[in-house]
Amino acid sequence: MTRGLRAHVLVPERDVDVRLEIGSAECVALVGPNGAGKSTVVEALAGLLRTRHGEVLLGDRDLTRVPPHRRGVGLVAQRADLFPHLSVAGNVAYGPRASGSGSREARHRSSAALAAVGVAGLADRAPGTLSGGQAQRVAIARAVATDPALLLLDEPTSALDVDARAEVRAALSTARTGRPTLLVTHDPLEAVALADRIVVLEAGRVAESGTTADVLGRPTSAFAASFSGLTLVRGTATRDGIAIDDGGALASTTHTVPPGRPVLAVYHPTAARPTRDGAGPERPVTALEPRDGLVRVRAGELVADVTVSVATALGLAPGEPVRIVVPAAEVTVYEPAGAKMSQ
Amino acid sequence: MTRGRAPVPWWLPVPAVLGGLFVVVPVLAMVGRVDWGSFGALVTSPASLSALGLSLGTAAAATGIAFVLGYPLAVLFARSTSRWVGVARALVLLPLVLPPVVGGLALLAAFGRLGVVGAFLDDHGLRIAFTTTAVVIAQTFVAMPFLVSSIEGALRVGGERFERVAATLGAGPTRTFLTVTTPRVLPGILSGLVLCFARALGEFGATLTFAGSLQGVTRTLPLEIYLQREIDPDTAVALALVLVVVALVVIGASALRTRTVVA
Amino acid sequence: MTTHKRHSTILIAAATLAAIGLAGCSTGGSGATAESTATAGSASATAGPTGKITVFAAASLQQTFTTLGKQYEDAHPGTSITFSFAGSSDLVTQIRNGAPADVFASADEANMDKIVKTDVAPGSPKDFATNVLEIAVAPGNPKGITDLDDLTSSDVQLVTCAAPVPCGAATAKVEQATGIDLKPVSEEQSVTDVLGKVESGQADAGLVYVTDVKGADGKVDGVSFDASSKAVNTYPIGVLKDAANPELAAAFTAYVRSDAGRKVLSDAGFGAP
Repeated sequence: MTRGLRAHVLVPERDVDVRLEIGSAECVALVGPNGAGKSTVVEALAGLLRTRHGEVLLGDRDLTRVPPHRRGVGLVAQRADLFPHLSVAGNVAYGPRASGSGSREARHRSSAALAAVGVAGLADRAPGTLSGGQAQRVAIARAVATDPALLLLDEPTSALDVDARAEVRAALSTARTGRPTLLVTHDPLEAVALADRIVVLEAGRVAESGTTADVLGRPTSAFAASFSGLTLVRGTATRDGIAIDDGGALASTTHTVPPGRPVLAVYHPTAARPTRDGAGPERPVTALEPRDGLVRVRAGELVADVTVSVATALGLAPGEPVRIVVPAAEVTVYEPAGAKMSQ
Repeated sequence: MTRGRAPVPWWLPVPAVLGGLFVVVPVLAMVGRVDWGSFGALVTSPASLSALGLSLGTAAAATGIAFVLGYPLAVLFARSTSRWVGVARALVLLPLVLPPVVGGLALLAAFGRLGVVGAFLDDHGLRIAFTTTAVVIAQTFVAMPFLVSSIEGALRVGGERFERVAATLGAGPTRTFLTVTTPRVLPGILSGLVLCFARALGEFGATLTFAGSLQGVTRTLPLEIYLQREIDPDTAVALALVLVVVALVVIGASALRTRTVVA
Repeated sequence: MTTHKRHSTILIAAATLAAIGLAGCSTGGSGATAESTATAGSASATAGPTGKITVFAAASLQQTFTTLGKQYEDAHPGTSITFSFAGSSDLVTQIRNGAPADVFASADEANMDKIVKTDVAPGSPKDFATNVLEIAVAPGNPKGITDLDDLTSSDVQLVTCAAPVPCGAATAKVEQATGIDLKPVSEEQSVTDVLGKVESGQADAGLVYVTDVKGADGKVDGVSFDASSKAVNTYPIGVLKDAANPELAAAFTAYVRSDAGRKVLSDAGFGAP
């Protein structure tokens, strides 16, 4: 990893202790619940957090004691924060000017960056006249114009509506190409589209780390499971599937784990069917939540998403027992941690 | 779709109008006393012109000094997290609440001939007392807090988001200060400069106590008016009107500027 | 019936008392008109006008008039005299603008003349003292000033009174008479300000009255000069037209001009009128 990132973010005051490595052209998604320490990691890597511990190595440079303006670390945050007193082109040219480029060269780099991101036509606009998506794309161009050695994207689309997110995602894809990138996100779609690996942060520590497919398909942490939209249960491997710790069993078509070992199993809630009688594990109904046109039936740690008409037909009420049936093909059983925690 | 404005209680305009009249009526009454026939001659007499020129020059110098010293001070106050900042700020803003005469006494204690700093300077041939420099010092002393307070307020409002962004773009602290912070707080700076200039222009008590009163050297317009009101009340009123007009021009000019900047 | 009658009795009694009280207040001053005289007689008799007056007096009269006021109050119980000391020109402005005063003692006739027709009662004003200028210097006279000429030296910082103030007018007269052009570093609004600057060491010398030097009690030394006799300030005192208590005002004025008053003034260095 000659041009990549190796960092140990250690901030005792915020109870954060995170080791992170990003390859020279790799994009790593950093996910986790609020307060897990994601912002702390971003601030520490950008140099905006003065801390006495830890270290940040980028390529062959030790950035640990280097102030932010000398690190060559680009940052795109939730808010575009375009300088209101400069035009779009002026904003994007700011970085090159700051690093010593003459005004002509800066203008070139500014136009190139704007074109790469697809907003060349906005060059002469004032920041206040841009839509959210446009402003964020300009912010991306601005960060990229400095050709940063490390790109930090801190929830770049959180404040945008769904349509704007799509147009910004294309710009992000361009921006991350060819440089180590850290993407903090709450959007699994974004992680899938942009990231090679996912690192899950919980309570200031790394809870899980692996390729995007692994973490989203076979999550080992509670947050990763909810992030990918799957329901996670713990239990012991059986010949047919998994014996859930809290009772009941689920069949699975993936028999790779020898019976008796502790395993995790996931399934997508839309694959589950709640019934009054049937073969699935029995649980009392704990909650019924509306969810995007469906009704989410929570029964203990098990979850099933059904249509409104099905829910009404079943006539479920909190406290009543219900059986959750999941087709074996929809259940994935696998071993937790261990080999998974490799970088 | 435009938002309707929230209604104001019906009785609010009553005290508001009274407040406005309270300030406007005395000024208009004074304008009414002006002897327009002799106005021109009174206002262009050598003593009057000297006082006016002195006032404008010293107020401008005082405002310039207040800016050079006060802007960095405001930045430190707005950015610092030390608890001593509160104490320091209270001291720096003291002239806002001190009677100007008290300010004059304090300046004497420091820069007067027998003052802590003044004595030292006097020994080296640098006299401050009774000079135009003393007038500028007195005006800076009373007017700088207005500038500091105005700029600090503007700085706090914005927060530090843009400065952080500039840092990640490779701008060092000095470049950031000049190209990001200063443009951002420009409206605050301008209104601070206006307040400062107006306060310096009208300064009287500290000047009289500390700098003395001598035509062409230390007798600024307010001091000239104070003197003339016993010799020739007509001159005093005429000069007072000049001061009012200058003040209105300064305030008006700044209001125009802030409007264009905001738009 | 009985309660009503009792109520009305009380009311009538209260009203009567109030009326008497009010009458007493308003006529308190003039209650003894028959006895008071405005002639310049000795005021040692304890009978005389009572009440309060406000006296506006020139700054140079501060110490003497405070003494005279106290003497008069001690000799005439029931009287109260309040003073306001400032530059005579300041006082004239205040009187013109309606400040409530009963007596005005000015440090020169020019200032009294400004208001003699409009605000001063007929029959007054009358002169009661004179004063001449003296040079005030730091104790020990470190700059070795012996005459008016020395004040023009470049290493002497001189302060004087501004022109409209009586001591300023006197200064101008002295300059005219001697042909010397004094160049003060500051022109003050009252003679006490000039004295104050010399006392505090801000200025090397100041042109004040002989009475100021005497009254400074050693804080300054005085250097007299010949030309001072060319500018003698005559101090007039007068009762004001709008005086709230003209009888007491006249009585105090008379006291100031009496032998007792003259003694206090001459002790302080004032000359005879």
